[in-house]
Amino acid sequence: MAVNMDQGLYRRRRIANSLGMATSMLAMALGLTVLLWILLVLFSNGFAALDWDMLTKDTPAPGTDGGGLRNAIVGSLMMVGLSVLVATPVGILAGIYLTEYGDHSKTAELTRFVTDIMLSAPSIVIGLFVYAIVVATLGRFSGYAGSMALALIAVPVVMRTTENMLRLVPGSLREAAFALGAPRWKVSLSVTLRAAKSGVITGLLLAIARISGETAPLLFTALNNQFFSTDMSRPMANLPVVIYQFAMSPYDNWIRLAWGGALLVTLAVLVLNILARVFFREKTSV
Amino acid sequence: MLKFKSLVAAVGMTVVAATAMAADITGAGATFPFPVYAKWAEAYKAATNVGLNYQSIGSSGGIRQIRAKTVTFGATDAPISGADLDKDAMVQFPMIIGGTVPIVNLDGFKPGELRVTGPILAEIFSGKISKWNDPKFAALNPGKNLPNDIITVVHRADGSGTTFNFTDYLSAVSKEWADGPGKNATIKWPAATSVGGKGNEGVAANVNRVKGSIGYVEYAYVKKNNMNFMQMQNADGRYVSPDDLTFAAAAASADWFSVPGMGVSMVNAKGATSWPISTASFIVMYKNPADKAASNEALKFFEWSLKNGKKMAADLDYVALPDSLTDQIRSRVWSQIQK
Amino acid sequence: MQTSLPTAQDSSQMLAVAKRQRFQDVLFHRSTQLFSLIVLGALAGIIISLFVNAWPTFAKFGVPFLWYSEWDVNNEQFGAAFAIVGTLSSAGIALLIAVPLAFGIAVFLTETCPVWLRRPLGTAIELLAAVPSIIYGMFGLFVFAPLFADYIQVPVRDLMSGMPLIGFLFGGAPNGMGILSAGIVLAFMVLPFVAAVMRDVFEITPPILRESAYGLGCTTWEVVRGIVLPYTQKGVIGGIMLGLGRALGETMAVTFVIGNANRMPTSLFSPGTSIASTLANEFGEAADFHMSSLFALGFLLFVITFLVLALAKIMINRAEKAKGF
Repeated sequence: MAVNMDQGLYRRRRIANSLGMATSMLAMALGLTVLLWILLVLFSNGFAALDWDMLTKDTPAPGTDGGGLRNAIVGSLMMVGLSVLVATPVGILAGIYLTEYGDHSKTAELTRFVTDIMLSAPSIVIGLFVYAIVVATLGRFSGYAGSMALALIAVPVVMRTTENMLRLVPGSLREAAFALGAPRWKVSLSVTLRAAKSGVITGLLLAIARISGETAPLLFTALNNQFFSTDMSRPMANLPVVIYQFAMSPYDNWIRLAWGGALLVTLAVLVLNILARVFFREKTSV
Repeated sequence: MLKFKSLVAAVGMTVVAATAMAADITGAGATFPFPVYAKWAEAYKAATNVGLNYQSIGSSGGIRQIRAKTVTFGATDAPISGADLDKDAMVQFPMIIGGTVPIVNLDGFKPGELRVTGPILAEIFSGKISKWNDPKFAALNPGKNLPNDIITVVHRADGSGTTFNFTDYLSAVSKEWADGPGKNATIKWPAATSVGGKGNEGVAANVNRVKGSIGYVEYAYVKKNNMNFMQMQNADGRYVSPDDLTFAAAAASADWFSVPGMGVSMVNAKGATSWPISTASFIVMYKNPADKAASNEALKFFEWSLKNGKKMAADLDYVALPDSLTDQIRSRVWSQIQK
Repeated sequence: MQTSLPTAQDSSQMLAVAKRQRFQDVLFHRSTQLFSLIVLGALAGIIISLFVNAWPTFAKFGVPFLWYSEWDVNNEQFGAAFAIVGTLSSAGIALLIAVPLAFGIAVFLTETCPVWLRRPLGTAIELLAAVPSIIYGMFGLFVFAPLFADYIQVPVRDLMSGMPLIGFLFGGAPNGMGILSAGIVLAFMVLPFVAAVMRDVFEITPPILRESAYGLGCTTWEVVRGIVLPYTQKGVIGGIMLGLGRALGETMAVTFVIGNANRMPTSLFSPGTSIASTLANEFGEAADFHMSSLFALGFLLFVITFLVLALAKIMINRAEKAKGF
């Protein structure tokens, strides 16, 4: 018996399919083109600004030619470093709590919910918060306040990834350790955490990448500093705020430096992300 | 675990080993004098190794920071009234004089080629004159080929002494402006196309970028970026161009101690060569500072700049204070600050 | 080799060890619990401190603060209307542009893309999602705004501003800044993020569902529309709301091109302001009541994004539960 195929319907479906696929390819092309364009602009302007001066000289005064970003780079490194130092133990231990102890309690559920929300919360609000409790009470802007704001942004990231990684560790590993008579804290730290080490480090790298590019929280906390300073109890220069200030100015050398700084920040973020991926894939593919 | 510990130790040592540098002077405030303060700070640091960390966040920001005592001195072009100064036990003195200049972004015109008067400027900024080829504006510039474009008004998005002085001038030459937006560091800009920029830098950058825009900035920003400024008609009816001579002419007639706090207004000053929007920029400090050492360091910097900074200021077309005035400042104002 | 039974001394030693271990365990338990409560504490702290600092403004204006159209620093009349309208409209425009594009990208990556290209392209999209937002702001200011002004705003304005109903949307000075520009730049920023989330969600559709549909003779488009989308519906909506949450709270990408004008935008091209850019511009100098109004804006922003993100999380949770994860 011959199959009666409705040619009209078939053609319509074919056309709908072609249209749909074509539009999706167009969307892909459009989206990728724009994003690649942005990267291209960043790289071409940024590389044009990269030279040895940028790493060795401090931010120039308005109207002075030349100059570099040394104080901003050092300031950013110090503040990011300090906040990672604070966020790492807090985030990891909190993640351990959520996995090992708080599996089904209401508080743990609430904490997870809140952590996910804090992950995407507007960073400017966090800056306001740190201003209200640190800067206003102490009476001055400081690198410490900036680090605290960054740490508040990093902790949820570390917590979430730690928890996800710890969950992947098979229960049999834990139970074997318990069977040997190890106390709970030793099991958590020396066995489970060690087994999830690569994943946790991935999480740390992602957190560092995330806070390296944050500008808004530093606007109200660390402010900025024209000169080179390693004193964290005073306003501190940092790359994102310097980029913001220089980009909106009319001076050519400032704008050039802004592109150079933007490139540095983006490269740092991209490299950290790629490292995190490579690291994770290597270790877990064993 | 071991790797983690060594990482912690390494970062910890870097942080702890950060030695406190020679205490920098901290100041914040007006973007109007920022170019010259920064120049002076550079030279001062080269001479004495003491740095000046000046955050140019706008006059209102400076007033806020000094009131919150987070900086050693505040800088503002919008002078604080004598009553407010007494309430907070602060003193105020002028440090440098400059001029606010209207700038435009129009193709085909050389800097200083176009002319404008005070009342017309007020109408442009209030949105009454909305196109460049408006007959009222064209009447001032006969024979010039003005485009049929909408005027984009660029103003300050942050609280600014430059705005204060600019609106002071507009209020002086236009009753409508005085009754309407008035003079203040932050006002409600009436023009529908008004766009805000942060700091003098932001306004200059925006005018540079947007075709057919008009803005107001301190002259150092204009000169440095070779921007297109307009000549203005002063109180004597003559058209003048901005430079340190016309600013000085306007400042010559100021009677500095007539107003408590020295907040004398120099806008629309008389004099054939006076620039109509000349401005003084002030420094605000505490009579009885919490950190006397920092306060003294700041005074040393000001002393040094008043003595050695005249040429640097002139290079940027600012007007340094005359010696007679600085002597009076020392004896009548600085003497009130506890050392 | 000693195989003697535990003596009294052995058992008291073991008891001591057990006691010490129990103490260490309790310590560990409580300290990790403390750290995990820090996040809860931070959230509570943010809400409380924002509200406390904003109280003077709320006390003076009450709930009408939300729609009061005024931002007069000198007369201390503040209302959130300008900032809220700017925030919502720029975020809305951003999603209107980004969501269809992200959908297209996700469909391409999961259905049409040759397999060898999937991993690198997918990684590229994820990396783009990590680029800091200030880069997008700078791109908007230096490259996009001038091009937009010359090639799009001027012709569109000449064409459309005369039209009866929608003409008012296209009036205004074509200076490259404004609500529409900010919305477009924001769209670029949100696009990789939403695309990555959609791609992840599309990928976990069980292959058996897809293949059964193909087996019945469905075209690719019909599979996407009829199988994948309904299956991943909640996840997709959750992803869109995550993107919305980010767009609402974004500071840098918006402040560069929105025009920083405290007024109600009357057209797509007119300058406006968003909550985040008002905060960024005015915080440095605000004192007393002005400051409290800025905190009020910050509080509102936090509440709005909190609600959007909570909704997104609930939807994503439901989507995951439905699959039995």
